[in-house]
Amino acid sequence: MIKLTINKKEHNVDVDPDTPLLWVLRDTLNLVGTKYGCGVAQCGACVVHLNGEAVRSCVTKVSRAEGKKVVTIEGLSETHTHPLQKAWLDLDVSQCGYCQAGQIMSAAVLLKENKNPTDQDIDDAMAGNICRCGTYLRIREAIHAAAKIQRQDA
Amino acid sequence: MKKRYILPVRTMAILLLLSSLIIFMNFRFKSESLIRNSVVGQAHTEFLKTELNAKDSVASVKAFAEVYKVLMSPRCMNCHPSGDVPLQGDDSHLHAMLPKRGKDGKGLYAMKCTNCHQPTNIEGLNKPPGHPDWHLPPANMKMVFEGRTPNQLAKQLVNPRTNGNKSMQQLIEHADDGLVKAGWNPGEGRTLPPLSHEEFKKVWITWIKTGAYAPPPMKAK
Ligand code: FES
Ligand code: FES
Repeated sequence: MIKLTINKKEHNVDVDPDTPLLWVLRDTLNLVGTKYGCGVAQCGACVVHLNGEAVRSCVTKVSRAEGKKVVTIEGLSETHTHPLQKAWLDLDVSQCGYCQAGQIMSAAVLLKENKNPTDQDIDDAMAGNICRCGTYLRIREAIHAAAKIQRQDA
Repeated sequence: MKKRYILPVRTMAILLLLSSLIIFMNFRFKSESLIRNSVVGQAHTEFLKTELNAKDSVASVKAFAEVYKVLMSPRCMNCHPSGDVPLQGDDSHLHAMLPKRGKDGKGLYAMKCTNCHQPTNIEGLNKPPGHPDWHLPPANMKMVFEGRTPNQLAKQLVNPRTNGNKSMQQLIEHADDGLVKAGWNPGEGRTLPPLSHEEFKKVWITWIKTGAYAPPPMKAK
């Protein structure tokens, strides 16, 4: 049994310690907001927070998450009102939506560490999140908007 | 012989002796600094006085030629890039997704090294290789290998101001550093450095213990 804390809730899962965290989230715990894109850390669709860092859950063994705090897109904000979620809705960022959970989870780490990111900071933070629909310009705009909301809320 | 002849001859002899001594000393000093041609820090000088075997510039330079081959192989050089983006693959191309060094060498924001690089290698062809301490050199001491000539790299390695503040003893110990050794466990799809770790350690220590001489300047690789 492996004990996990996901979105502030404790779970005991009976899986091989080498199982990727993504598999446990989606298949064992039915937290399917996090997506599977490439499985080899190349696309960013599977990003979740592990102790506040934007890890790629497709290459993170579940044993690495033991005793740490995991946050998925479902737990980013209990009321789904994280500044990024508000900005994403305001600007209608998503196209097909497949990459967007990963985009938001990566952007959340950026906004936590940099309250007023420049375009360059956004590029540096988001270059590993691929969007096959090409929503990059809206993502950039929404991150700026979310930073503004975050500063106003603070 | 008359006294008036002896005096100038003796003066000449003394002058000759003195000047040859000066020329000899000057030559020694010059050739020493030419061969060494290295920025030697305080720690290095101390080390040379106390710890080194007999200094041997020929053996030292020869050992460094082997050391250089390893340090310039993709497994070492890829994480010692000249820019702020690490290199990747056996052809040392810029790392996909262009992750950046960051201040501490551990990446930036959502693009930190250990977000993808796990404590161990991920099984499978070209999957991310791993180590718990995966990182680049920090921004304030980039310890660049890419593009360095043997002469430049040797000088950089012995100078604590450019080698990560390491003494010569710490440099020797660095051969067994976990991240250094990870180069010999690169994961599927990546070539190994040209020497085994054991062979590398041997030439590395030989280079240092014979005086850590820098080879004469030449063209970059
Ligand atoms: S699914 Fe994990 S990075 Fe693509
Ligand atoms: S919105 Fe379709 S992949 Fe990004």
